Amino acid sequence: MLCSDGEKKLSFCRSIKDGDLVIVYEKRDVMKAVKVCEASVLQNRFGVFKHSDWIGKPFGSKVLSNKGGFVYLLAPTPELWTLVLSHRTQILYIADISFLITYLEIVPGSLVLESGTGSGSLTTSLARAVAPTGHVYTFDFHQQRAASAREDFQSTGVGSLVTVGVRDIQGEGFPDEYSGLADSVFLDLPQPWLAILSAGKMLKQDGTLCSFSPCIEQVQRTCEALKSNFRDIRTFEVLLRTFEVHEGKMDICQGDEGLSVGSPPCKRRQRSSEGSTVQDSSSSPTIKAKPCADARGHTGYLTFSRLKCLS
Amino acid sequence: MSQNNIQSDSVQNPRVTWEGCSVLLDINDGDRLVFARLTAGSTLKIGNKNYSLRPLIGCPFGSSFQIENGTERPYLSRFIPSTEEREGCQIVDERRDNRAIVDNNEAQTLTSEDIDEMRRQGAKGDEIIEALIANSATFEKKTAFSQEKYRIKKQKKYAPRVLLRRPSARSLCEAYFKKYPNRIGFLRVDALSLLLSLANVSANSDILLVDMVGGLLTGAVAERLGGTGCVCNTYLGSTPSPVEIVRAFNFNNEICKRIVRAPLHDLCSDQTGTKKIDSCNAELNVQISTISIEEMPLPSKHEAADSQTIVSPQSKMGKAPKAGEKASEEALKLWKENGFSSLIIAAPDADAWNLVKVLLPLLSYSAPFAIYHQYLQPLATCMHNLQQSKMAIGMQISEPWLREYQVLPSRTHPSMQMSSFGGYILSGTKICSS
Repeated sequence: MLCSDGEKKLSFCRSIKDGDLVIVYEKRDVMKAVKVCEASVLQNRFGVFKHSDWIGKPFGSKVLSNKGGFVYLLAPTPELWTLVLSHRTQILYIADISFLITYLEIVPGSLVLESGTGSGSLTTSLARAVAPTGHVYTFDFHQQRAASAREDFQSTGVGSLVTVGVRDIQGEGFPDEYSGLADSVFLDLPQPWLAILSAGKMLKQDGTLCSFSPCIEQVQRTCEALKSNFRDIRTFEVLLRTFEVHEGKMDICQGDEGLSVGSPPCKRRQRSSEGSTVQDSSSSPTIKAKPCADARGHTGYLTFSRLKCLS
Repeated sequence: MSQNNIQSDSVQNPRVTWEGCSVLLDINDGDRLVFARLTAGSTLKIGNKNYSLRPLIGCPFGSSFQIENGTERPYLSRFIPSTEEREGCQIVDERRDNRAIVDNNEAQTLTSEDIDEMRRQGAKGDEIIEALIANSATFEKKTAFSQEKYRIKKQKKYAPRVLLRRPSARSLCEAYFKKYPNRIGFLRVDALSLLLSLANVSANSDILLVDMVGGLLTGAVAERLGGTGCVCNTYLGSTPSPVEIVRAFNFNNEICKRIVRAPLHDLCSDQTGTKKIDSCNAELNVQISTISIEEMPLPSKHEAADSQTIVSPQSKMGKAPKAGEKASEEALKLWKENGFSSLIIAAPDADAWNLVKVLLPLLSYSAPFAIYHQYLQPLATCMHNLQQSKMAIGMQISEPWLREYQVLPSRTHPSMQMSSFGGYILSGTKICSS
């Protein structure tokens, strides 16, 4: 996913090789991550796709099945990965992820601590942000989940930027070896206030912290705990509204003069001045956009703060 | 990892200020934001007095300052916040209310003459605040919450605090959005964040930009690349768009030289022909751009009056490479062969489709793109045309929504004021046309 070698230019023009991870795109909400294996096939509602047909094609290519159906093969990015990864826990999505990375001021070279790892959706984006010289140390108290996350980071190619540890951060805090070294700490824990003291110890002066909690009661207690050692405590909610775009004809209520008697005078004026253009547009289709009916209404609250400078 | 107290070109994330560095001064908890450069001569005006910024040099970012009465004149002095919790914040059950508070302007017995006299005798801001509280007939009747509010209000007036903030994509975007939103095309920090993520801005990638938001986008992308890859800012015609905000970031040489510009014509022209004329043009462009970068002071004219902080950015670096030089022939050739790894457009006044149809072919296959616009229709048309021409897939128009909360014991609620519009973003992935 990421190019950690500065000499080798990251270029998607490179063609698909045996062993590559590709995102198989059917449509926007139907995508799947597949590891290319020469002898293997992909089967879906469009038919059977032979991996051997994919090898050598550039990323972004359209490939055909035995029945003439098609899919696109995309190069993986953290955004695409978030849409296809297997959910072992509730995950963070693009709006929260993108906002918190900017707000935590994570840049190449940053040392970031995260807990819990969960399904690794955020971790993948964190890894991209700290590359090529930084590192993400992520902790989860669930042995099996940590192992699966580790496998995922290897397969997406961010393995060298991420270290997964098995540890109960709420109970034990972060390991002392990172004391005073972290640029940023991210907490996604059921009781984040229990980890605040430890997070403060890990951070450099003016270092940034973010805690993600779905419930306002969690936010309340976290903010209380932050007050003594942190400043700039700010809580946000960030959401996305998406739009549908359609092309279609708009019916213009032409009516004859008799019909417009009761309409307000401004309407008539408009028609008389724009009469000819209105007629034109009634025959040519227009492009219309409207918000999608369904949306994620809540993900969680993001509470940010910075460690006070005491020396 | 970067160590404190070391400011070398290799450190991307300096934690301590140095002479000549760019900073963001936050006065009274965001009430006023000032872009400044720390030099021996630069000053900051608070109230009717000018204060030298010299005491801020060599201090860690994130440190606070307050005014001390010096022997000759008042000066800014470092102030270490307490780690004790403030009193009055813990009260959850409140019996007092405002029934006994009457607005007849008689509650305060201290006159402004009294306060001036106290000041003349060298009273500190905190002492004036205590005197105001002691002489307020109504302070004790107020609820704990409004006592706290009263204290903060008086502190801002009599004991103002200056917080030294590090310029970053986040802090600069927020400051511009608050002060001069039109200069950054009303690009809110959550929208900027989305652009960076959706365009997969990552180390060692070559990002094609159309930055008509003053350089904020260029700076934000360069910050994410951290001195690897390349940011190429393209423009129509012969005059590059000004990117003066880039100077507000404390970019080192390595990062500056990764920020280049190229007229669209150079990126699109094929290897043969037309090149000669271009290099003539280029000569001209260099001059224009040098001027536009040099003459656009980091603080606005308005701001400059506020704080005399304009110094040459070269004062420390000597002959440092400037951000926004013309892209080299080799780079142009490489991009023509391999394509850019992604595209971001933030051009408030340009038509999205007209730009996208010429810029998308410059990307490599499977490259993501993200286009910001304040209006929905140009993006809807652009998305429709991209679908029709089968140039891209996975397209979506999204509008970010950001709400801040006040979180206090028993007083948690969304902020009373919010920005109700963060613009629209069209994102997608280019596909292989063959």
